[in-house]
Amino acid sequence: MEPIIRLQDVQFEYLSFEGEEIAALNGVTLDIQKGEFVVIIGHNGSGKSTLAKHLNALLRPSSGVVWIKGMDTRDEDKLWEIRQTAGMVFQNPDNQLVATIVEEDVAFGPENLGLPPEEIRRRVNEALKAVGMEEYAQAAPHYLSGGQKQRVAIAGILAMKPEIIVLDEPTAMLDPVGRREVMETVKYLNRHEGITVVHITHYMEEAVDADRVIVMEQGKIVLQGTPRQVFSQVEVLKEIGLDVPQVTELAYRLKAEGLDIPLDVLKVEEMVEAICRL
Amino acid sequence: MPIIVEHLTHVYMPGSPFESLALDDVSFEIKDGEFIGLIGHTGSGKSTLVQHLNGLLKPTSGRIVVDDIEITSTSKVPKRLRQHVGLVFQYPEHQLFEETVYQDIAFGPRNLNLPEGEVERRVREAMALVGLDFEAIKDRSPFEISGGQRRRVAIAGVLAMEPSILILDEPTAGLDPKGRDEILSQIKNLHEQRGMTIILVSHSMEDIARLVDRIIVMNRGKIALVGKPEEVFSCVEELHAMGLGIPQITQVMRGLKARGMDVPDNIYTVDQAVKVILERIRGKKNA
Repeated sequence: MEPIIRLQDVQFEYLSFEGEEIAALNGVTLDIQKGEFVVIIGHNGSGKSTLAKHLNALLRPSSGVVWIKGMDTRDEDKLWEIRQTAGMVFQNPDNQLVATIVEEDVAFGPENLGLPPEEIRRRVNEALKAVGMEEYAQAAPHYLSGGQKQRVAIAGILAMKPEIIVLDEPTAMLDPVGRREVMETVKYLNRHEGITVVHITHYMEEAVDADRVIVMEQGKIVLQGTPRQVFSQVEVLKEIGLDVPQVTELAYRLKAEGLDIPLDVLKVEEMVEAICRL
Repeated sequence: MPIIVEHLTHVYMPGSPFESLALDDVSFEIKDGEFIGLIGHTGSGKSTLVQHLNGLLKPTSGRIVVDDIEITSTSKVPKRLRQHVGLVFQYPEHQLFEETVYQDIAFGPRNLNLPEGEVERRVREAMALVGLDFEAIKDRSPFEISGGQRRRVAIAGVLAMEPSILILDEPTAGLDPKGRDEILSQIKNLHEQRGMTIILVSHSMEDIARLVDRIIVMNRGKIALVGKPEEVFSCVEELHAMGLGIPQITQVMRGLKARGMDVPDNIYTVDQAVKVILERIRGKKNA
C-alpha cells in the first residue's frame, strides 16, 4: 500500500542571523503508513519541528520531495487539500485558540470550508466528544486548564476531518495531569478513529506506546524502530544527549554489571519481574 | 535568611463573583541555605505562594517574615525584599527586551544606581554562573540566540541582583534533556558553592528527588505533605490522589519490596538502585 506520508531525500536550508547557510534537514527519507503512531524525538535544533512543518506544507523542501497521500507539497494547487489531510497541533495552547467560546473555536475550521450549518454542528459535536470535552462546549477557553485547551485545539483539527495529525511538542507546556489527558486523547484517536499520528516530544515516556520511534540529530534520522529497539540503544541515545526511561537505564546498568537482565525493558512491572527472576 | 510563613491565606478578587481561595492557612519555615522542592499540580497554589515570598502579592491574612522584613496585609513592601529574593518566572525568556544580552542583564543592577564598573562585574559574574560566554554573546541580541541560552540570560538577569534567596518557577519547562540538565546543574552549583537558599517549583519528581533537601507538596491551596524526599515519596496513595506520581525508580523499588525483597524506601535515582539491587542479588547468591 502507498504510504500516507513519504519523504524522499528531503533537504531544507535556511540562512542564520550571521548569514550562514544551515541545513535543518539533511537528506531525510521516510515512509509512514496509514494508521501508524510515530513518535519523533531529538533535542532542540535536531530538525524535528522543521520536519513536522514539512508534513502540511508550512515549509517546503529546498530539494527532495514530500508527498502527503500522494500529493506533492510543492504543488500550489494542492495546498488546501494537503492542509486538510494533515492537521497540526502546536506547543502553546494559548496561541492556537481564536474564539471566546470553545465550540465556536472548534467550528472555525469547518466554517471556513463553507460547510452547511448542520454539518458544522455535527462535526463540532463529534470532535468535542472524541477529545472528551463535550461538557465544555459553552465554556470560555481561558477558564480551561492547559491540557483541556490542547484538547480543544485537537478538536479544532479533528473537525477538519484530517487523516493525519502532526503534534509538535503538544505536552511541553503542560503539567503531568494535562500531559496524560493529551496523550490519552492522541492514543484514542489513533486506535479508534484510525488517524495517523506523528507526535514530537521530549518526554521519552510518551514514546513507549508508539508503533515506531524516530530519533533525529543534526537534520538526519539517526535511529528508528519499535520503542524497545530504540530505547535499548542506551549508549547511542546518551551520546546525543537524550534520555531513556529510568527503568531502561537501570536495565542497561545492571546488565553492564553482569546481571542477566533484558535490555528492552520499558515498564516498571517488567523490571520488577526481570529482577525477581534472577 | 530564614523564611517564615504563618497562617498565610490569599483570596483572589474578594467580594466579587470570581472570589477564590488560592492559599488556605499555610504555615512553614525554610532554613538558611536549604534547597526546597515545591510541587503540586496546576491550580494548587504554588505560584501564588512564591509570589508572596518577594512581595508581589500581599497576604489576605497571615504573615511572611523574610530576614527582618515582615509582610502582612497592610505592610508596605520594601524594595530591598525584591533584591533579597530573586524570582525567576515560568518562561522567563519572554521578559527579555533589551537590544543586547549585556544590556538586558545590566538592567536590574543599573536601576540600583550602581557604578558602571560594579554593573559590569555583576553581569560578568551572573553570566559565568549560568555558563554563558561573556565575550561571545554579550553584544548579541537576546532574540538571535537559542532558546536555552535565552532562558539563561533571563536567569542571569535575576542573579545580577545578587539575591540570597532564589525562587525558580519551572525553570526547565520546554527545554530538551540536555538544556534541562545544564540548568539544573547550574542551580545545584548556586546552592552548593554560594550557599544560596533555593526554592525550585517543578513537576518533575525525578529532578526534585535528586536535588532537594526537602519537598513541600501543595494541594488545593494547602500544604498537603512536607518532608525529605523519601518521606514524601512513601505517601504514594496521597500523591496519586493529588494527580502526582513518584519517580519510576521508586516504583520499581516498591514493586520489589512487595515481592519480598528487602530494599530501602529512599531510592529515587538509577545510581542508588543499581547499588542496592547488586548488593541484594550478589548477597543472595553468596548465601
